[in-house]
Amino acid sequence: MTLKTILLGAVSALALSGIASAETLTIATVNNGDMIRMQKLTDDFKAKNPGIDLQWVTLEENVLRQRVTTDIATKSGQYDIMTIGIYETPIWGKQGWLAPLDKLTSDAKYDANDLLPPIRSGLTVDGKLYAAPFYGESSMVMYRKDLFDKAGLKMPEKPTWDFIADAARKITDKGSETYGICLRGKAGWGENMAFLTATANSFGARWFDENWKPQFDQPEWKNTLDFYVKLMKDAGPPGASSNGFNENLALFQTGKCGMWIDATVAASFVTNPKESKVADQVGFALAPDNGLGKRGNWLWSWNLAIPAGSKKVEAAEKFIAWATSKDYLNLVAEKDGWANVPPGTRTSLYQNPEYQKAASFAKMTIDSINSADPKHPTVKPVPYEGVQYVAIPEFQGIGTAVGQQFSAALAGQVSVDQALKNAQQLTEREMAKAGYPKK
Amino acid sequence: MARKVSTKRKLVMTAIAWTLGLLIFFPILWTVLTSFKSEGDAIASPPVFLFFHWTTENYTEVQSRSDYALHFWNSVIMSVGSTLLGLLIAIPSAWAMAFSPTRRTKDVLMWMLSTKMMPPVGALIPVYLIFRDMGLLDSRIGLVIVLTLINLPIIVWMLYTYFKEIPGEILEAARMDGASLAKEIVYVLTPMAVPGIASTLLLNIILAWNEAFWTLNLTTSKAAPLTTFIASYSSPEGLFYAKLSAASTMAIAPILILGWFSQKQLVRGLTFGAVK
Repeated sequence: MTLKTILLGAVSALALSGIASAETLTIATVNNGDMIRMQKLTDDFKAKNPGIDLQWVTLEENVLRQRVTTDIATKSGQYDIMTIGIYETPIWGKQGWLAPLDKLTSDAKYDANDLLPPIRSGLTVDGKLYAAPFYGESSMVMYRKDLFDKAGLKMPEKPTWDFIADAARKITDKGSETYGICLRGKAGWGENMAFLTATANSFGARWFDENWKPQFDQPEWKNTLDFYVKLMKDAGPPGASSNGFNENLALFQTGKCGMWIDATVAASFVTNPKESKVADQVGFALAPDNGLGKRGNWLWSWNLAIPAGSKKVEAAEKFIAWATSKDYLNLVAEKDGWANVPPGTRTSLYQNPEYQKAASFAKMTIDSINSADPKHPTVKPVPYEGVQYVAIPEFQGIGTAVGQQFSAALAGQVSVDQALKNAQQLTEREMAKAGYPKK
Repeated sequence: MARKVSTKRKLVMTAIAWTLGLLIFFPILWTVLTSFKSEGDAIASPPVFLFFHWTTENYTEVQSRSDYALHFWNSVIMSVGSTLLGLLIAIPSAWAMAFSPTRRTKDVLMWMLSTKMMPPVGALIPVYLIFRDMGLLDSRIGLVIVLTLINLPIIVWMLYTYFKEIPGEILEAARMDGASLAKEIVYVLTPMAVPGIASTLLLNIILAWNEAFWTLNLTTSKAAPLTTFIASYSSPEGLFYAKLSAASTMAIAPILILGWFSQKQLVRGLTFGAVK
């Protein structure tokens, strides 16, 4: 064998190994319908970006949050792209844990100005976008048209809490297991506290005053919690203190709830005749208000972000641009129909007549999202950002502890007054420990 | 002479045993049944027991979404690997403590057990950092090491109690007959301790197979065992019970079959020494 042949062989072997060792992006995500659909469509991305391979790690929300937080706080670099909430994004962005997505914001084709303003603002710190929204949601009222007709009621497009409470009590027929209203009761900052904080906003309550003093000793919170506990006692299902999104979804789909106030993403489940017994009887309305100028709806989005210090930023940016682009929405529409397009991220989607036609809940979703303002969530001024949460790292712990108090009040284990007193004490203690008010 | 047992008593005992058995087995049976339901039937209230539309679509869905074989092999490697490594360390140490105890042997045993009393999450961050620095995150070797360390106290304790049951006089007799240490171990002790070692082995494979804290926290994709496979089917928004049940059934089936075939050995080992 001549030297030339050997060299040629070595060079071609090197070239081959170069092709074989494609860059692999490890993506951590939650097990939600839209994310699963994205995994199934990745062939499109691979075809457009040869040389980039994708590895999915799908986890339950709480496990994902724990894993991703550990990973990013210890800079372990296990994930190249992370699915994170609108709650974490500003906190992590400020910490310098995320790589800013400057390339996307300056890319005319990506058109970052098309992103829904409340969501884009929630993901931006000091003018820099730290995560790109994959899908967004708010909350709204879902109700049973047949039960409303039977009770001689008509749901207004913008109901008040008084109307909701009155209707819930009228519809309730405990003998036939029909409950007027199903609401979250399971303790957790993302469970009952998401609903109760958003509701409290419409009652004029706030978590903290301008000096970070907890406000559970104020009448607005007492009104909120009194209203909620009494309503659930009169018109809610039994054992409501352990109900979260999925439990209420199951109750609603099996025809046990007259109304359900929860995430807009539920609309596609309850109107799906394959899963829901009441699919053709569901109507939608905006989350209720109390005449104070704020509605009780929240704002949430799941977003894709790149950990700071990642060695695969360029490939990761390509993927995020693909998954959150207008083209991706078209791709989903082409494969699975417009009703299955991930909602709540782009203005152009809601201007698309085909989407408006296919998704009966489109208008309600966009109106709900646009009416949520994370920077001014409630009637009075607040020192924090976030509609149904407070965007500080301590909130997960405090929110869950307060949620346990309120869940106990719903279960009748403690009185409303006692629950509020406990919530006030524990929040004061934790905030003092965390060094608030911060200068 | 055996005690005479009346037919009535036998019947009652059988009924109680079956009731208890079914009660304990019921959650698993329910999981298996749910895995054959549609998502709608899975949440039906009142729940349907047998008369629903049977479907295998959940299994197809799970198959198409996850790499079951990869997770399965990771589970096998980590549970068998950690148990064998654990036995390799535990046999000599249990042997030493059982047959030549010192004043401090009991304390050492207690200390070993005390490591099991701390909630694992308390050690998560240090272990995570060590793993990160040694490049062991998401590696099978890392999992084998951490599971060996976690189950080692149990392995040592189990073996210690089995070895304690073997009368020292038998070993002395063997020595009197001129058996060397090696012969004493191979021909006298091992045959007597086999049921104990076997049941320790089986129990630890089961414990390692089901370990869900460290395996979830220290792996991402390449070394992820069946526990992470199950975890990926739970969802905060959307119905998932049927698919989760299908994933769970697929994850527990291998260990259930292993347990079924080895139950005689397992029971014999666990009651070994209890009745003379």
